[in-house]
Amino acid sequence: MDSENQAAIKKLVEETGAENLVVVLGSANMDLAEIAARTVTVGDPGFAGPLAGVSLRLPVYHILEPEVKAAVPAEVYEQQAGFMELIVDTDAIGKRLAEVRRSAGLSA
Amino acid sequence: MADPIVKATACVLVHAPSFVRYGSKPTREIAGGGEPVLASIEAHLRSFDQAVAYPPNQVFIGNLHPDRLNDIDPPWTDHPIEGASPSGPFGEIVSERTFIGLLKAADEFDLVWLDTETAPGFLEAVEGSPFQNRTDLEKRILPGIAIERILEKIATQGSLPLYHAGRIIGCIHRHHDQDESLTAPILLENLMTKASGALALQHLLTHADGTAEDIDFVLSCSEEAVGDRYNRGGGSIAKAIGEMCGCIHATGCDIKAFCVGPVYAILHAASLIKAGVFKRVAVVGGGCLAKLGMKFKGHVAHNLPILEDVLGAIAFLVTEDDGETPIIRLDSIGRHTIGSGSSQQQIMEALVLNPLDRIGKKVTDIDRYATELHNPEVTVPSGSGNVPLNNYRMIAALAVLRKEIDRSGIDAFVASRGMPGFAPTQGHIPAAVPFLGHAIGDIKAGKIENAMFLAKGSLFLGRMSQLSDGLSFLLEKNPRAR
Repeated sequence: MDSENQAAIKKLVEETGAENLVVVLGSANMDLAEIAARTVTVGDPGFAGPLAGVSLRLPVYHILEPEVKAAVPAEVYEQQAGFMELIVDTDAIGKRLAEVRRSAGLSA
Repeated sequence: MADPIVKATACVLVHAPSFVRYGSKPTREIAGGGEPVLASIEAHLRSFDQAVAYPPNQVFIGNLHPDRLNDIDPPWTDHPIEGASPSGPFGEIVSERTFIGLLKAADEFDLVWLDTETAPGFLEAVEGSPFQNRTDLEKRILPGIAIERILEKIATQGSLPLYHAGRIIGCIHRHHDQDESLTAPILLENLMTKASGALALQHLLTHADGTAEDIDFVLSCSEEAVGDRYNRGGGSIAKAIGEMCGCIHATGCDIKAFCVGPVYAILHAASLIKAGVFKRVAVVGGGCLAKLGMKFKGHVAHNLPILEDVLGAIAFLVTEDDGETPIIRLDSIGRHTIGSGSSQQQIMEALVLNPLDRIGKKVTDIDRYATELHNPEVTVPSGSGNVPLNNYRMIAALAVLRKEIDRSGIDAFVASRGMPGFAPTQGHIPAAVPFLGHAIGDIKAGKIENAMFLAKGSLFLGRMSQLSDGLSFLLEKNPRAR
């Protein structure tokens, strides 16, 4: 996750409070999604951006996880995410993010 | 008039391990990390024989069909092709020694100095080159320059050392001390594009009937930016390449469109032929120095050789219909318009569904799709994913959304209509067109009826627009062919 996005998330947390935020990721690249998830939970793994050493512990999900799908009206989800749902290995991405949440002490 | 054809194709590789240090990423990493980074790069470079025997390189020059890669277990680096030849039906893999000689053959401004001790070896390597006769080459390369003068130029006048086999063998000069566009690294980038592009064009001319003098237009889709301080990227390397190959009756210019450049260039060439303005148009793309070693950190981390040690160069001859060769259907052009939108689905709909709808075909009516054919063994270790596989899954997803196939049929669709990536990650070079030679052969042999070529580009990289880009065309069996 680049420095600009890290700064934006940090600012949002300061303004809104971590308890009022959920991060939803959209990257189809599993490695990038996992790094982003780690960044918003335990801090920037690359120790380069504004979230280096900052443990926000924000709940983080991928748009293709069943928890997000259940929270979105079916028609909207189909329109916005239906295409990528056919392409990405949704089970694998769900397992990767559940592991990140578990290791950050959040409910998986 | 009938639709035009791609009469001949050429795909060449230049093995250039000593130039990896001058790729953009290695240059920056070496500047930051110094000697240990350089040592790590050098420890992971391949020999010429290893580069020749590497299966994807054999596919690129036409000795293997892309489908053969499905039969070779990854990593392909562990499965060299026994008895592999550096020559193939589409072109060749040239050694660094030959290429350094070609750089001098391409050098019209005495930018490159080669030292007296090694110069005869480079002359010998490039001898037999069709570009110039022995006398001309000798005049350019011999007797060479004393190494002391070369080292002084490097130390005091901004010249860049050229290496081969672990030692300095020459240098390239800047051509103005205050012009950012004429520094030694930029001129090296441009000269390498010119020399490799000319190599591809020369191969094209040997494959095609007719001579260099019969070419009447040259379009370059290379990724360099030739020019000086007043016109950075001014261009027309097309004519520099055409000049080197003796295309004395051709005019030409450059087409720039990031990674979609080759597909736009073929569209322009085909349109100019159909309009009757020109008869024989050569499309040429030289190699890109900046991308050497671009993902070397991923290769080093996985203890793989640095696979981005080759320049790729391509050339295509577009002509009028000959009644045999597959045609480019000009009513099939898929365009990503400014208003198309930039989500992956929108781009794919613009490039695949819209043109197919226009000509009354289904996704499953297309026998083969060629997308960006990046070699996944280059991109996966650095976390960039398997580009062609992702694209094929997207095309299959379109077929699912259209209810042409079931969701469970995605893998089979990808396996039968896609192919493993085999092109070096040189930006414009993987843009679908390295499959053209294979596709023409497959269509002529009756194995397939048609193939769609599509490429995508990232216009946002230049910071002038947030737009993405893309273009596609359909290659189809010649309706007059028996």
